[in-house]
Formats: sequence, C-alpha cells, structure tokens
Amino acid sequence: MAAADEGRMVQVSMKVNGKVRKAQVEPRLLLVHFLREHLLLTGAHVGCDTSQCGACTIVLDGRTVKSCTVFAVQASGSEITTIEGVAKDGQLHPVQEGFWEEHGLQCGYCTPGMIMSAVALLTDNPKPTEQQIREGIAGNICRCTGYQHIVNAIQYAANKR
Amino acid sequence: MATVPVLPKLVGERVKRREDPRLIQGRGTYVDDVKIAGLQHLAFKRSDVAHARIRAIDTSAAEAMEGVEAVFTGAQMTEMLPKGTAFPSPSNRAIAVDTVRYVGEPLAVVVASDRYVARDAADAIVVDYDVLPAVVDPERAMEDGVPQLHAEFPNNLAVKLMPSGTGAPPGGTPDDTAIDKAFAAAEVVVKQRMVNHRLVPNAIEPRGVVAHFEPGKGSMTIWSSTQNPHTLRMTISALTGLGQDQVRAIAPEVGGGFGAKINIYPEECVAAAVSKRLGMPVKWIEDRSEAFVATTHGRGIIGYLEMAARRDGKVLGVRLRLVADIGAYNMLGTSVIPTLTMLMANATYDFPAIRTTLTEVFTNKTPTDAYRGAGRPEATYFIERGMDMLARELKMDPAEVRRKNLIPKDKFPFHTQMGAVYDSGDYEKALDAALAFANWKGLQAERDKAKAEGRLVGLGLAMYVEVCGVGPSWLMPGTGGWEHSQVTVERDGRISATTGVSPQGQGNETTFGQMLADQFGVPIEHITILHGDTGIVKQGIGTFGSRSQAVGGTALHMAGTKAKAKMARFAAALLEAHEDDLVFENGRISVKGAPARGKSFAEVAWFAYIPTPLPQGLEPGLSESAFFEPTNNTYPFGCVICMLEIDRETGEPKLLKVAAVDDAGNLINPMIVEGQIHGGLAQGIGQAMIEEAVYGEDGQLLTGSLMDYALPRATDFPRFELESTVTPTPVNPLGAKGVGEAGTMGSTPAVVAAAVDALSEFGVAHIDMMLRPEKLWRIIHGPRQGSGQGGQA
Repeated sequence: MAAADEGRMVQVSMKVNGKVRKAQVEPRLLLVHFLREHLLLTGAHVGCDTSQCGACTIVLDGRTVKSCTVFAVQASGSEITTIEGVAKDGQLHPVQEGFWEEHGLQCGYCTPGMIMSAVALLTDNPKPTEQQIREGIAGNICRCTGYQHIVNAIQYAANKR
Repeated sequence: MATVPVLPKLVGERVKRREDPRLIQGRGTYVDDVKIAGLQHLAFKRSDVAHARIRAIDTSAAEAMEGVEAVFTGAQMTEMLPKGTAFPSPSNRAIAVDTVRYVGEPLAVVVASDRYVARDAADAIVVDYDVLPAVVDPERAMEDGVPQLHAEFPNNLAVKLMPSGTGAPPGGTPDDTAIDKAFAAAEVVVKQRMVNHRLVPNAIEPRGVVAHFEPGKGSMTIWSSTQNPHTLRMTISALTGLGQDQVRAIAPEVGGGFGAKINIYPEECVAAAVSKRLGMPVKWIEDRSEAFVATTHGRGIIGYLEMAARRDGKVLGVRLRLVADIGAYNMLGTSVIPTLTMLMANATYDFPAIRTTLTEVFTNKTPTDAYRGAGRPEATYFIERGMDMLARELKMDPAEVRRKNLIPKDKFPFHTQMGAVYDSGDYEKALDAALAFANWKGLQAERDKAKAEGRLVGLGLAMYVEVCGVGPSWLMPGTGGWEHSQVTVERDGRISATTGVSPQGQGNETTFGQMLADQFGVPIEHITILHGDTGIVKQGIGTFGSRSQAVGGTALHMAGTKAKAKMARFAAALLEAHEDDLVFENGRISVKGAPARGKSFAEVAWFAYIPTPLPQGLEPGLSESAFFEPTNNTYPFGCVICMLEIDRETGEPKLLKVAAVDDAGNLINPMIVEGQIHGGLAQGIGQAMIEEAVYGEDGQLLTGSLMDYALPRATDFPRFELESTVTPTPVNPLGAKGVGEAGTMGSTPAVVAAAVDALSEFGVAHIDMMLRPEKLWRIIHGPRQGSGQGGQA
C-alpha cells in the first residue's frame, strides 16, 4: 500500500510460515491485505467484508482467524500459518490430499480458508463425527460443492492420521 | 516382445482433477492476484437511493486527497453498455447521468494509487439527490399513475404481453381455441399465484477487473472474473474503438460464476475506458456489499398457474401467466431469461394444450440476469407445484399424477407445445429409479408413522427437464452459439488444446484431458488444456447454459479428430504403412498387428514439423481447429425426492433426506458430475429454505450483506443421495447433455412440496418460498392479530 499518511506508519513483525517478516504499515491495514499485498501470499482470499465467508481464514498463534477482521498491527509478534505453509517439504497435508482425492473443491476460491479451518478442526478433534465436521466448517461458505465432498475430504484426512 | 499394458481409458472414470494441486496450495491466480507495475485502483461512488434525479455531484474533496489520480462522473465518462438481446432496451450508461434507477448504480469512479485511498475518496463524493418515489412491486409498477423508470417504456413495461404455446406461433396472433377447449372439458381445475423470488448469486469470489492499455502498442489487455472472455473482448473493442485484434481478454482463475458473470458489466467498461484515457493499468475489485447490489440478481418472477385436468389425473391444459421483475435496466441476457420459463413450461409432460404469457417489468432494483438454471428452475417450480396441487385435490400419489402425464419414451424426439424439440428421454424410467432408490413407499410409511406421533413430517417429489447445450447460433444473435477448439500436437509429441468454454470450477482441464488422452492414446499428463485467454484461445463463446461439455467438448473432439487424422498421415509416411492400419496406443503409433513397427509421438511430431521429405498432399505441422455448431439443444432430466420435518414449536424446517436421479446422457467424469449436482441441489434448496433478496418499499435492499442474506452452510444439508440413468443425446457425438444447472431444477419444488405435505393437517395447498420459520409457525399456530398471511389455503 502506498503511504497515504506517512506519519502514521507503524512497524510490524510476525513469523509467517516459519519466516520472520517485518514491514512499515498503516495502522488500518488489514492482516489479509498485509499477507496478500506485502508478502504476496495470495492464497488467503477476500470473499466478503463482514467476516461471514471465511475465505481469508488463517491460523494465528494456533487458532483460526478470519484475517479480514484482524489488523496487521494486532498480529504483530504472532506466529501465522497460511495455506502456503500447510504442505511440508513438498508433501501435501492430509487435508489437502483429502480435498484432491474427494473432489472437495470446484472453483477453489473458498478452498484455502476451508482447508485452514479443517486443519484446525482436526488438530482439536482428530476423529470428528460428520456432524462435528459440518459444525467445524460452518464458518466457511462454499457456493460450489454443497459441502458433501468437503466433508468427505476431511473424513479422508481424519482416517489417514 | 513383452506386452506393455495399455493405458486405461479415462472417459467415464473418476479421474482426480488436474486443477486441484494449485488450488489446494493457494497457488491459483484470480483477478485480484494480478499485479502490474504502476497499477492504479478504482472505487465507485454508487447511488444510495433507488430512484432520483441528480442535481449535482461534488467530487472536489475526493480529488483533493493525496494519492487520487482522477475522478470521473457520468458527465465525463459517457460509455454505453452493450445491448445483449433483440428486445427493446432503454439506453444504459456505464456511469449514470441525470437519473439513478437502483441502489448501487454507478455515479462516479475514483482512480487512486492505493485501494484504501480510492475507497476513502469515493466515500468523500457528495451527491445531491432529488429523490423520486421508488417502484418496487412489479405488479404495481404496471398500473397507471405509478412513477416511470424510462420515459420510452410506458407503465414500466419492458415486454408488454408476449404469448407463447399452443396455437401461438412466434410473432403471430395466438389462437386460444385449444386451450379454451381444454378448460371447458376440465373436471378439475387448480389455480395458484406463486412467487419465485429474487436471489443474489453470491459467487464467493466477487467480480473484479484489471485493464491495461499500453499506449505504445495501442492495445489493451483486460483480466476479468468473467464466464465469457470472448464476449468481453468483443464488447471492450466496440466500446474503446480498438479492433478485436487489439484487445486481449483474460479470464484467469474464476471463483465461481453461476450465471452472474455472463453479463458484461459497467465496471469492466469503465476500467477499460479509464485505462485507455489515462494510459495506466487499473484494477477494480468488488467488495461483497457492492456485489449484493452491483452484480445481477436471479429469478424474480411471479407465476399465475391454472391447470385443467380430468379426475383420473390426466392434465388437459395449462395456463401460465408470468410477470417478471427485471429491475432497472436490460443487461446482457435480462429479457431472455424469463422467455426460458415459457419455453420450459411443457416440463416433462405430454400436455395437450398450454398458453403462457409473459410480461417483463422495470422496477427500481438491481437488474436480473442469468442465475444457475436461468428461467428453467422457475418453469419447473410452477409446473411441479401445479402437479402437487392437482395430486392433493384428487387425493392421488404425487408420483402417480406425474406418471399419468409423462411424455412416453417412444415419443422422442418430442415436439413440445412451446416449440422446443426434446432430444431424447425416458422420464418414467427416471421416476421409477427415483421411487426405488429413495424407497418412496417406505418413506411414505415413515412419514405416516411420524405424523401419527404428532410430528410434522412431509415428502416432496419433483420431475424436471431443462434445456442445455446452449446454441445454436440463431438462438444467440448477439454472439453466435457455436464453440471452438484447436488441438496441437507439439514438436515434442505433447498435446495442447484450446477451448472457448472458460471454466469457473467445472474442471474442464480434467474432463477435456480425459477425452484427448483416450482419443490419442496418450497419458493425460502429456496434455495441457488452455482456456480463458483470447490471446491464446482464438475463438470461443463462453460458459453458460450447461454447454461446456455438450458444445465445447464436441468442438474439442472434432478438432482432435482432425489433428489425429493428419498425424496418422505423417506416421503412415514414416512407417511406410497405410494410415488406416495404424494404432494409437501408449503414446506410440504403430502398425496394427506389428507393435514393434511403430514410432513415438515425439518422433512423428518431429517429422511433421521438419518433414524431409514432406509427404505428398500434406502441409507441415500438427495443429487443427474446429467450430461446432449444434443443431439443437440437449434436454437433461431427472427426479428429486426429499423429506423434511418442521418443528411444531418453532416452525423451523429441517431437511431429513434428499435423493436425486439425474440423466445427463453420457458422463465423462462421474465424480465431477456429482460435484455439479451437489452444488445445484445446494442452491436450489437454498432458494426454497433460506435465501431471499428482500427490498424495502423505498427500494433499499434489506438483505444486502452476508449477515442478512443467508447462504447455505455445511450444517444446512443432510447427505445428498444420487443415482443416475443414462439416455445419450443424439445432438452431439459424445452423447453428453450437460449437468451444471440440473441440481437447481427439481430440488426447489420438492422441498416446498415436502413442507406443504408436512403441514397437511392445516389445510394449506401452497406456501410461497422461502420457508421462513416465522411463516411456517403462523400456519401451525394460526394468524395472530395484526400479523401477515402465512400461506395460501
């Protein structure tokens, strides 16, 4: 973001996908825009402006947050995982694998947020019931799939662990 | 020589999608991910009111902001939007001047170096409105003395009264003899006014555009979240005065469309115009609040149905009067969509006579256009609700009333009363499959038992047929109705293929890859499907009307056939064999019966590009293209059954079961087909149960955010149970009909039927959607003083 108000720029520093990132930002800069525009991590998507859709979901200090509802300055000092940091050493995460195996995505726009929510869900509850899965992803909206294949994808990942 | 296992055939298999590895790792490139040095950001000032004359627009505060490059109002930016249909349309400027006619209509655009600054500046624009009364109800809008939206369309009539059906040739005087006779002979008549309410499409990726005019080259590149890059190119070219050869339109990864990204929008036109005027690349990304008012809505049509029948359930005639609430302007397909409701009023039935009439009305609302199903779910809904009312009146099983009227399979191709020619079908088979698959009798027993226990449980069933594979060209005078593909065997023997159908999640890279892998006998990994870029995909129409497979897939198949035939001639020359004696298998071309006498694809391709000597009668190279012009549409069909329970205390409905049988002809990838059907079911059920665009009397959209407009979530659905029958179409060589919209057809009326059935003890024959708990509660607990009508008995 260009400096509209140079005087009010503040320093932020956070660990994103294992790397420390520092920048001067406007206090009002949303975390999702910091990730997308400053760090060029464009996997988190913006799908709404009221924290309903969950396309921007990331993991912040071990908890999922909608990164459109967090200021970059609030996240300073935190540890963040985005969709780009989920696969390790070229190995897909079981949830990513599940989405591929079970056709858990169509247009792919909600997918990064959906996967982040699913990863967090399985961290908290490694063997969820179908109802628990549906409740666990109720903060993420998918307009393409009707959710059934997403549920299957998460079950696939749960069974693999 | 040891036998090499032959590559398995992929068509018809559940092949994992080739699109997914990038998308599950956050590596897709959507329009907001496109970055260009020097990019400027656009933000729109939009009308805050539904209807007003503009006295003045003060942009001085916006222009004074640091980082603002320019501000344009309609006075400076006079670009007109394209007219997409043959229907008379009022002039429609990309940015309004003098008058605004719906909340969200663009009034000015800000160009700034930063997205936040652009938004701030747009908010600093002050508009002095002379507010006029708004027209919101389409039926009231037609009355005398009501405010007029467009002077040249008296009584707000966009389409006055268009008759169709039995004895009504297009453009001719309708002869009502047959329909009048049907009603005169009727032993029973059911009548109902029904509202098929407005919906907001809500693809999770809002729209967006990047326009980059390069003054040095005199050419424009425009990225847009669109379903039709080639139509966009045509429009932007006409708008900017550039040639079509000077405009390159790119639909990058597109995050859902559902029909709403067919239209060519003001923002695309403005971005292109601004970029050309300033010589700068510009980006506009819609936010969700904007999307609710600035992206076209779907449905929005009232149906007055009358159904005449004998007491044995045989329908003699159907009258359907339609009033479409099209909003403030005609967009690309606005006026045509309701005509599809007329076209499909024949549904799956052998009705002896039908009379439909259509009136389209301007209102001070966001324009409507295509939304998944686009006119056909509305037809299905009205007719299927009618069949249920008839069944209720005659105390017949809803399945049996339908069976009595289904078009028999030996009558295909079937010429409908509405002028359509249904290509192929076996509707009774689909009905029987659904009854068996869902265990209809068992469900009825279950419902009866639940009712005996005092629970409000109901069953619904709906048949559907829809029109897909959209072309031919005479139906689409604005663009043509063909598709195009070019298949190239590259010099290393790998294959690239272009397609004019640009996907938004349909998985064409996979299905088209499957087709070519089988056709050429090569691994799918050796094939790249190119789409969505008019610089690479030279021709195309676009993605809508479930046409990707039936029309685009056929063009691909035809181009592949040509390329393969030419490759066979080069191989024949190399192998000194006859081209008819060759086998394409495992990435090799060899002589039939002598597998050792063969060449790899790379060897044959190398020879084709460096032909020494050039075989007689051949040009060098292996790149062939084809246009496919369909001769008719395809007509997929099916049956949906569902069970629903309503909480007696709260009125809250809960879906217990959804079972669907769909017949989309031959399937390329059943896994992808399932995904398409699931998505369609979700949107169809969403309409019935929780989605509704609600306007206030002043023309404000009351459900203008995802906090007020409910999109279905994972907790809203039971597991969908799917089964299929396969009736190939004779319209294309693949036998494929299309499946993108199918799920939206039967699900909506089936859910409403189940709710009506659940409330049978209260004597309701119909409930208008959506099934708000409050509405159902009023039916259960009776009207309270001062309360509205819950349902129509």
